[in-house]
Amino acid sequence: MKREEIKVCVLRVGGTNCDAETKRAFEELGVQTDIIHANEVVRRRNLLQYHVLVFPGGFSYGDYVRAGAIWAKWILAKLGKELKAFVNENRPILGICNGFQVLVEAGLLPSFSKMSPYPEATLTMNLPPGYNCRWIYLKQENQGKCVFTWNIPKGKVLHVPVAHSEGRFLFTKEKQDQFLERLYENDQLVFRYCDKKGEYAEGSFPTNPNGSFHDIAGICNAEGTIFGLMPHPERAFYWWQQPDWTRQTQMPQYGDGKIILEGVIEYLTKKF
Amino acid sequence: MIKAFKFVKVQTETMRYCVKIEVSLKPGHSDPEGETTARLLKELGYRVEAVNVSKVYNVVLEATSRKEAENKAEEMCKRLLANPTKDNYAIVIEEER
Repeated sequence: MKREEIKVCVLRVGGTNCDAETKRAFEELGVQTDIIHANEVVRRRNLLQYHVLVFPGGFSYGDYVRAGAIWAKWILAKLGKELKAFVNENRPILGICNGFQVLVEAGLLPSFSKMSPYPEATLTMNLPPGYNCRWIYLKQENQGKCVFTWNIPKGKVLHVPVAHSEGRFLFTKEKQDQFLERLYENDQLVFRYCDKKGEYAEGSFPTNPNGSFHDIAGICNAEGTIFGLMPHPERAFYWWQQPDWTRQTQMPQYGDGKIILEGVIEYLTKKF
Repeated sequence: MIKAFKFVKVQTETMRYCVKIEVSLKPGHSDPEGETTARLLKELGYRVEAVNVSKVYNVVLEATSRKEAENKAEEMCKRLLANPTKDNYAIVIEEER
């Protein structure tokens, strides 16, 4: 498949944000990208015209009930059949920030075997509490299964921003060790919070900005096609989005967010 | 030829139930909102030991029986209102009319 044939769908509902940044980033990579309101996709029944589906960041439905919960259940009720087909055909799905919360609430992540009817994890209130907007470091942990990060060398440290108040990734206490083992076994762990040198945060704030279990910042499903992360790669795409661009005299043209979004495009061009 | 159908209306008596659903964090699950509130209450001079935050949904629904109302509320918790990873829930049928 040629790059220009690839179609990316960035879904939008009330309260989502960064959809325009995501569209611009994907278009910069040479693929067609549409921002579509979820109601419109329900009306047109055209989800399967797209090769990549993106749930962007934000505060969908005002984060009522729990962050991402309403959109997750809504999409399963209205587009469940199409979404299931999308997943079964191994078409990539990306959830950024609130999008990650949606994927977890919908049972699409971690999804150890198949789509789970109930959430198997949670992205709950930050510890320390409060909205946290800062640049953090991520260490790439995946061995190559995740179709978004397969081209990033394991152990590479990336610099991207987070902006959320409910990003603490947790499993149920009784099963957290067992589930963590499964994440490693299935190669589902993708990003962990670390410092500039790549040392894991070990839960310490602000290196780990939300108190996530095992410093987890991003995971994929067992097939590697569904990927969710709390940080915003689309906000670290261009050089002028970097926090230190006014202090630098020379910078690379793109930030670390590019390699994440580029990964899935290269995967599609090679596989299809 | 036009056939005439006779419609028989099957009426099931439904009642309106007021259901209180309380969703709270599982014991042992850290509650940053409660901890922050407790800290401030202490600073305001109250002898507060702990604060646990929970959410209450007052749902008015129609059901044919009290049992059905309870089952529906249970289903709502499982499908939307509670995340089994971190939440417990309690259902109380408060009123039927």
